[in-house]
Amino acid sequence: MDTRERPLSPHLQVYKPQLTSTLSIMHRMTGVALAVGTLLLVWWLVAASLGGEAFTTIQTIIGSWFGRLILFGWTFALFYHLCNGIRHLFWDMGKGLDLPSAYRSGWIVIAAAIVLTVSGWVCGYHSMGAL
Amino acid sequence: MSLRTDLGKIRGLGSAKEGVAHWWAQRLTAIALVPLMLWLVINIAHLAGADVKAVQAWIANPVTSVLLILMIVAVFHHMQLGLQVVIEDYVHTEWLKLASIIAVKFAAIALAATSLFAILKIAFAG
Repeated sequence: MDTRERPLSPHLQVYKPQLTSTLSIMHRMTGVALAVGTLLLVWWLVAASLGGEAFTTIQTIIGSWFGRLILFGWTFALFYHLCNGIRHLFWDMGKGLDLPSAYRSGWIVIAAAIVLTVSGWVCGYHSMGAL
Repeated sequence: MSLRTDLGKIRGLGSAKEGVAHWWAQRLTAIALVPLMLWLVINIAHLAGADVKAVQAWIANPVTSVLLILMIVAVFHHMQLGLQVVIEDYVHTEWLKLASIIAVKFAAIALAATSLFAILKIAFAG
């Protein structure tokens, strides 16, 4: 029996994007982005252990506008993945699986990720004496 | 009437033959990472713009060193578990799927070892 040409389910392109599905794929995308972001963390730790020029280099790169943009994206990805991960842990306990709860927790996750990201950056600029 | 054998029930590994080990490890590391990552971000935010001496002094603090080690182990374990699922979902060519998973697992261990060495070097050798 030829199974190659059979339609596959789910067909993503026929579904209307919804909050639940969007947040679901965002969890995966931020997870992959954070995996790439670990390279920055490892680089920072190695540079700190080497000291001198190695550390100056990474500090200059992170301190540039592009570096800060990457770090800002990393911060948001981290907080989004963290908050939505907690949402997943509640689902794993069988809590909040009904549709109204899933939407409510979804909006809470977005708000919490934004608040935490902004707080982190306010804290960072504050310790640099820029605020 | 269940068609499962007594041995199959006792092992509890299901049709995938691996049980809940992967799922459970993903959740355990997730729970550990909630406080560890919040701690890391707060501390890195406080270190913004700090010179290398201040960063090294922070890492060399015994509490920091231990928490960083725990964080690195949890991060890379969680990372390779997650990436494995992503690869299994999207890569359908068997050899490429296997090669990608092996590469991810090797990379996770290499990056974790590098990070741990850097932390311990700062902690012990300054």
